Amino acid sequence: MPEQHKDYLGDKFGMWLFLFTEILLFGGLFLLYAIFLHRYPAEFHQGGLELSRVFGAANTVVLITSSFTVALAISALQQGRRGLCQALLAATIVLAGVFMVNKYFEWSTKIAHGIYPGSSEMAQSGGTNIFFGLYYVMTGAHGLHVVIGATVLAFCMLRIAQGRVTAEDFGLLENGGLYWHLVDLVWIFLFPLFYLIS
Amino acid sequence: MPSPGETVPFLDPLPGRSGLTSWIFSTDHKRIGMLYLWCILTMFAVGVVIGVLMRLELIAPGRTIMGAQTYNAMFTLHGVVMIFLFVIPGIPAAFGNILLPLQIGAEDVSFPRLNIFSWWLYLTGAVLAVTSLFTGGGPPDTGWTFYVPFSERTTTNVSLAVVAVFILGFSSILTGLNFITTIHRLRAPKMSWGKLPLFVWSLYATAWIQLLATPVLGVTVALVFIERLLGIGLFDPAKGGDPLLYQHLFWIYSHPAVYIMIVPAMGVVSDIIPAFARKSIFGYKAIAVSSLAIAFAGSLVWAHHMFTSGMSDTAVLVFSFLTFVVAIPSAVKVFNWVATLYKGSIHLEPPLLFALGFIFLFSAGGLTGLVLGSAGTDIHVHDTYFVVAHFHYVIFGGTGFGLFAAMHFWFPKIFGRMYDRKLANASWYLLVGGFNMLYFPMFLIGLMGMPRRYYDYLPMYQTGHIISTVGSWVLVAGLVTMFWGLSKCLRGPRTVGRNPWGAATLEWTLPSPPPHLTFLDPPDEVPSPYSYAGVKRDA
Ligand code: HEM
Ligand SMILES: [Cu+2]
Repeated sequence: MPEQHKDYLGDKFGMWLFLFTEILLFGGLFLLYAIFLHRYPAEFHQGGLELSRVFGAANTVVLITSSFTVALAISALQQGRRGLCQALLAATIVLAGVFMVNKYFEWSTKIAHGIYPGSSEMAQSGGTNIFFGLYYVMTGAHGLHVVIGATVLAFCMLRIAQGRVTAEDFGLLENGGLYWHLVDLVWIFLFPLFYLIS
Repeated sequence: MPSPGETVPFLDPLPGRSGLTSWIFSTDHKRIGMLYLWCILTMFAVGVVIGVLMRLELIAPGRTIMGAQTYNAMFTLHGVVMIFLFVIPGIPAAFGNILLPLQIGAEDVSFPRLNIFSWWLYLTGAVLAVTSLFTGGGPPDTGWTFYVPFSERTTTNVSLAVVAVFILGFSSILTGLNFITTIHRLRAPKMSWGKLPLFVWSLYATAWIQLLATPVLGVTVALVFIERLLGIGLFDPAKGGDPLLYQHLFWIYSHPAVYIMIVPAMGVVSDIIPAFARKSIFGYKAIAVSSLAIAFAGSLVWAHHMFTSGMSDTAVLVFSFLTFVVAIPSAVKVFNWVATLYKGSIHLEPPLLFALGFIFLFSAGGLTGLVLGSAGTDIHVHDTYFVVAHFHYVIFGGTGFGLFAAMHFWFPKIFGRMYDRKLANASWYLLVGGFNMLYFPMFLIGLMGMPRRYYDYLPMYQTGHIISTVGSWVLVAGLVTMFWGLSKCLRGPRTVGRNPWGAATLEWTLPSPPPHLTFLDPPDEVPSPYSYAGVKRDA
């Protein structure tokens, strides 16, 4: 077998293309949001009031911090400080967990207040139903990406522990980090669209 | 001394690595391409059998061999299989995988493991699609378009089918991503953009469409799934939603998808025509650029599927105009192919015959597309057999014949054997004859008002339906002849040399079949892909 050539730029290029498809996937949802916002401005305003800004803002801070820790983890690895890198990655995953727990409480309070698909609360008016429908679909899709992103980072930790991802060959971690930034970025758009809309 | 990998043909096992696992876990682009090829041909066979059964049902008015519900399931499955499992992966995943690295002088694609992963996704999607027939509340009956609100309400197994489509979309995206990266990063140093074979250009344009359009389909079918599960109502007017939005999202993918289907076939034809006219391609740049132009303009025309859906007149006008614009780059290609043939020294071998079949049938499909693209006439023929005839001319006459052309062109390269050319020629006559007999009457009964997706019809349409059904038998005879001609020689010895057609692209400089490992070092000399001076035939 011939020596495996590494194409660092090629890997990066592929990752960027993939991120692009993710943006398009959310793009379809944002498109729906834009159209419905145009159709039901009053209900979207009303719906936004029902969401807890405190929860939303807390989660925003959590995610931005986690993007920061990932970025630090990458430079730590590049400088050969493996332990620090692993610790920072672990911190990122913990933050992802915090985000999800937060989300869990948020969703369950909503559901306890009778806001869930098919509930009479949501059936009040078409616009309200759509606002919360989009809220569940879009934050749900994003939550799924948080879980996937955390899994990717955990996989990077494993590879670093095995010595397969190193100070010289850090492409995998960098790409994992890019993915995490995307997850963060999507939230940066979701937060104002749902929580600050009113 | 060269390693066995550099001498053993890729179809044969390497020492110590044989059997099924050396195929289904292979990361060799050639083997992966072959896996796709077998799957795709199997799916084609399934689709054809269903198609022929539908035609049989339609030979007489009223119930003939199946009832309404079965017929609904049949056309849904026929559409899903043909679109998502046959034509979309067809040429790019099978021939693209085998040939792309060879044509640009690369060792493999950029991400070989992702490549086999894509195939596994394809297989999973195919299995799920077939499973959806036998489980849940019965086979899906929505048509391959899964239009809401019916797709949300029907009790048949739509949920599983859309999951299958989602996974297939993912597979398609990853293949596109792989190809774009490969073309950017792994061309041989001397393989400049201006020297890329036109097949590679077409794969490049296709890959961009796969990458940009498929995620939207993914999210759309995911929404159908969520709606079925939770009933949120984003597309349900009773709950504040809007079914038109589904149609927009669906066609934002599915119109560009027709270019995922046709553009690679155009690339195949662009490679074949000059090789059998012994003449450099006319308008290389125009053909290369028109692929990209089709990809771009094709992304802006989706709503021509919705002229009767009740969207605004302004939108109808704009989309109608844009649809006419896409016809331009397609016509540019056709003119360039014909100009290449003009005064060429023509060798009428089977690949060229199929390429000519492509030009003829695709032109017929394309020109009738203009009838559908202008809103005024579309109102009359929307959802009639006119549409069924149109898209079969384009995707079957176009992409299908393009695939057949590719098979006859590269078969000797892949297998190192030459098929029975007499049978190949005979099958061509049967296929073209049967094809026109099968689909041409559909234009006429469509104009008379025969609606599509019905198992029953008024007696006035019967003549057309009978001719069409008989045509389907001729067509099947043609298919059987063709595959028989191809497979007959598979047991014989490998006698074909490197370059039986005297073509000038890089893959013809390799042995037939190519060894497991090719272009470990990029080639020193990169030929101009369509200059035949000094290219010797090596049969
Ligand atoms: C022997 C070959 C074939 C026969 C006999 C055949 C026949 C038919 C028939 C009878 C219909 C249903 C028309 C209706 O009731 O609306 C149909 C629909 C369709 N066919 Fe074919 N077909 C063949 C090959 C193909 C191929 C090669 C493709 C694609 C590459 C294809 C794609 C489709 C699609 C997308 C539909 C629409 C399904 C729907 O309405 O949801 N067919 N075909
Ligand atoms: Cu279209």
